[in-house]
Amino acid sequence: MTVKHLSAAALAAVGFTVAVPATAQADELVLYCSVQEEWCRAMSEAFQRETGINVLMTRRSSGETYAQIAAEAEQPRGDVWWGGTGDPHLQAAQEGLTAEYVSPMLGELQDWAVRQAETSGNRTVGIYAGGLGFGYNSDLVTENPPACWADLLDPRFADDVQVANPNSSGTSYTMLATMVQLMGEDEAFAYLAELHNNISQYTQSGSAPIRAAATGETAIGIVFMHDAVAQTVQGAPIVAVAPCEGTGYEVGSMSIIAGGPNPESAQAFYDWALTPAAQEIGATANSFQIPSNVNAATPEEAPRLEDITLIDYNFALYGSSEERSRLLQRWDAEIGSLPQ
Amino acid sequence: MRSLSLTSDRAGHAWLGLLALSLAALPWYKGAPLIAGPGASALFEALSGRGWFWPLVAAVACLVAVSLTRGWQRSNLALGLVLGAGFLYVWQGFAVGLRGPSAEWVGAVFDRAADGQAGLGWGGFLAGIALIGLLSDVVAARGFCRGERFPAFCITAIVSLLTVFVFFPILRLGLAAFVDTEGKLALATFWGRLSAPDLWGMTCFLGAGRCGVVVNTVVLGVLSATLATALGLALALLVNRTDFRMKRALRAVSILPIITPPFVVGVAIILLFGRTGLVTGFVADLLEVRPSRWIYGLPGILIAQVLAFAPVTFLVLLSTLEAINPTLEEAARTLGARSMTTFRTVTWPLLRPGLAAAFLLAFIESLADFGNPIVLGGGYEVLSVKIFFAVVGARYDLGNAATLAMILLVLTLIAFWLQMRWMGRKSYVTVTGKSDAGLAAPLPPVLKVAVLAVILPWVVFTLAVYIIIASGGFVTDIGRWDLTPTFGHLETAFRFEFVEGGLELYGSAWDSMITTLWVAGLAAPLTTLIGILTAWLVSRQEFAGRRAFEFGTMLSFAIPGTVVGVSYVAAFNVPPVDITGTAAILIICFVFRNMPVGMRAGIAALAQIDKSMEEASQTMGAGGATTLRRVVLPLIRPAVFTALIYSFVTAMTAVSAVIFLVSARHNMATAYIMGRVEAGEYALAIAYSAVLMIVMILCVVVIQFLVGTRKLGRRQELQGRPAAEPAE
Repeated sequence: MTVKHLSAAALAAVGFTVAVPATAQADELVLYCSVQEEWCRAMSEAFQRETGINVLMTRRSSGETYAQIAAEAEQPRGDVWWGGTGDPHLQAAQEGLTAEYVSPMLGELQDWAVRQAETSGNRTVGIYAGGLGFGYNSDLVTENPPACWADLLDPRFADDVQVANPNSSGTSYTMLATMVQLMGEDEAFAYLAELHNNISQYTQSGSAPIRAAATGETAIGIVFMHDAVAQTVQGAPIVAVAPCEGTGYEVGSMSIIAGGPNPESAQAFYDWALTPAAQEIGATANSFQIPSNVNAATPEEAPRLEDITLIDYNFALYGSSEERSRLLQRWDAEIGSLPQ
Repeated sequence: MRSLSLTSDRAGHAWLGLLALSLAALPWYKGAPLIAGPGASALFEALSGRGWFWPLVAAVACLVAVSLTRGWQRSNLALGLVLGAGFLYVWQGFAVGLRGPSAEWVGAVFDRAADGQAGLGWGGFLAGIALIGLLSDVVAARGFCRGERFPAFCITAIVSLLTVFVFFPILRLGLAAFVDTEGKLALATFWGRLSAPDLWGMTCFLGAGRCGVVVNTVVLGVLSATLATALGLALALLVNRTDFRMKRALRAVSILPIITPPFVVGVAIILLFGRTGLVTGFVADLLEVRPSRWIYGLPGILIAQVLAFAPVTFLVLLSTLEAINPTLEEAARTLGARSMTTFRTVTWPLLRPGLAAAFLLAFIESLADFGNPIVLGGGYEVLSVKIFFAVVGARYDLGNAATLAMILLVLTLIAFWLQMRWMGRKSYVTVTGKSDAGLAAPLPPVLKVAVLAVILPWVVFTLAVYIIIASGGFVTDIGRWDLTPTFGHLETAFRFEFVEGGLELYGSAWDSMITTLWVAGLAAPLTTLIGILTAWLVSRQEFAGRRAFEFGTMLSFAIPGTVVGVSYVAAFNVPPVDITGTAAILIICFVFRNMPVGMRAGIAALAQIDKSMEEASQTMGAGGATTLRRVVLPLIRPAVFTALIYSFVTAMTAVSAVIFLVSARHNMATAYIMGRVEAGEYALAIAYSAVLMIVMILCVVVIQFLVGTRKLGRRQELQGRPAAEPAE
């Protein structure tokens, strides 16, 4: 009797395993989204309404999404990876995890967005851009606000500056690469070593420092400027700063995952996401990046790239796996190991 | 010997029939419905060119022929054929991968191997189960488990499940530790990862520099487990051994941390003790010092962990205390011992298995804890977080993650081994079938004061944390202390409307909430079943390899969740067991991660129950299964309750393993909350957490109602007060 009972239970367990289908059905899109949830949600809803294609969306940071796509390489589950800093997209392209696709919309895009596609052999494309900078809490920093990278070394900000750990965050890796390009590699590491005296914590998430600044847990957070602006718009006493020496920027990217379950829906989303209407959704969801379609309106609040001294960021070099590993190893050895 | 009777023969034939059926008539690959007809079965696939099925089919055909002889289960031939069929079953799954043969000779022999094959479906899984059943039947017939089929089946099944869902993924990941980025075997790389200075540095003890991540992890684990066990003991003593009036309230409060989703306690602690925190601001004004960030790092994690683990240790110690036979203490008192002496010489030694179990649980949980260090860690790195970022970080390094995971595993095993040594081999049996009518001794006054001194600050602190959790979701922005009341966050998460034809759920949290309830609701009973069965097998059955079996089950608990998650993706995204992206993988993950808790609770409970009652049951003719159901289970109800609650709640609140297993279709509440905390939407995270907790409380009440409590023939009153009613 009992053996029968057990086998019945086992049957039921297996039945459950099999009954839940793993394969996607028709007219679906599995979207891996790496911007903030609010924007992800708005995008999937809008696309669903427009095309009737059912969107299954997961939001994860770009590092996590890259890891997931790499882990699923044998049998991809996702169709499109939308958003997040360009470097992991380039890395995925370099490793053949994403598929080549030339969108008919490519002609309408800004130069930097097209360059991203060219660098990757059309495996990814720019969808938005944002400059690197920092934000300070104006309740805590009342006099002599910092305006340059060099100001952050001021001893009055001891234990009061936060930036993410470049090992975990694309934002912080962009800062590392920016400093190297702005100052030269050895000088950049000397600067970061000096800055270390003022750093209270290397956070894991790229935008965590500005949230800490918004609640007053720290005075200054080094982040992408649009993240700082988003805090200001939500009512936090945050002032976004474009550093006077010049700064780097990110090109948020989109890629089609190679061998995904719904290639047609993926291309439909890809083309749609490059239209002006789709790119203007960001501003409604508290995201103030600069859209890549020249016809899309840039949100009022967005920090204009024209107003920022931008360096000529070499995405091909600093997006490559080798250079990235080398810089991060040096960061671990020279900065990460310093006493807190 | 029951195994030689005709019924045994029938069971063997039933398993064999199932095996033949699943090979010849059911669709072998996934995707096809059960009644797809025999066209998609292994036999027909073999006929149409997938020749790698032939050896398996042939072995099963031989078995069917052998089964026609008398007493076939005891023959060496039958055992050989079953083992051979098992091997061929596994071989066919790995010989041909999704996109083609995995070895050149396979491709050379079978043309169609180039097409590849999909994961197992109905036929494939049922054939596996039938093989397990058949194997258990054959070994039982040969005298394994004294010839009883039920325990033999349980052991075979659990070992097989553990192999597939614990060892196989970890083996895959473990291999990664010895492999460099190009996929070649590289011992030097492994040694380099293992001896990295940021793992073992001890300079922080000298007051300069930072300690290695391994040292950090151990220091945190020991401190956290010690404090949590002490607090848990204080709570258990207060509830079980004093006439403290608010026992029920205390019990309820102590349950709270268990059902609290991760991150939210960390967030609450930041809101209290962070640099702009309520308490920090107050103290800084009072003492006129600059508010500091002291909470980030060891102090913060420690506070959060003690708060989180004390209830687990409390539950373990309470069930131990409840099971201590009061006649022993009564005897000590009658013989003239003072209450303190009684406690020291009678109660305390009897508590030792519970204390050991509690400490072990808290230590291992601290090692694997991910939610608290990631929110409160600051610059204090621990292994679990480092592993997580080695996997999801910008520098994806599975090899490094695997190396760190192995260090963590070794740490846990050492802790486990020490625990076993400390417990020794004394007998802790106090619940016997004999008359059992003593009264539990009240706590000595000195101890009572000490216990209250520990508990009162804890109560105040817990209340403060939970007031924030209860209110934070209903004000505009708790992070900036903007306390305007609002239901906006709740509406974002759980908006719903009644429209024509029914209910429409619009809130962004509904999907994850519904999935979470389903997954937890299915995982809890399965976890408890396997956990308690394992406990019973380990403590009551004599079989070869029992110690190894016990150790193996503990392994799945020791492996940090993050690593389990990644190893599952690596192992189960490809055939033969191709189940990523389903709800099943979430359930399976929870079952095997939490099952050791049920097992430890079961073992601790069983250690106090005299075998003679089961022997009596068996002498009177009941089989192993009947004895388990009628005698053992009712006696270890507290353990069943603990296991059910723990597994249900963990399934609802675990995050580190599931973060890799959730998919767009099956998202979990904690993954959603983590996203909200990551995005700084503290209020939404807190609001969702509050709703999740209310749902959990309701579920716990339902479980308590269903399981009930153990009814021993004992008076319930403490000494010195009149016993109101006779024992039930």
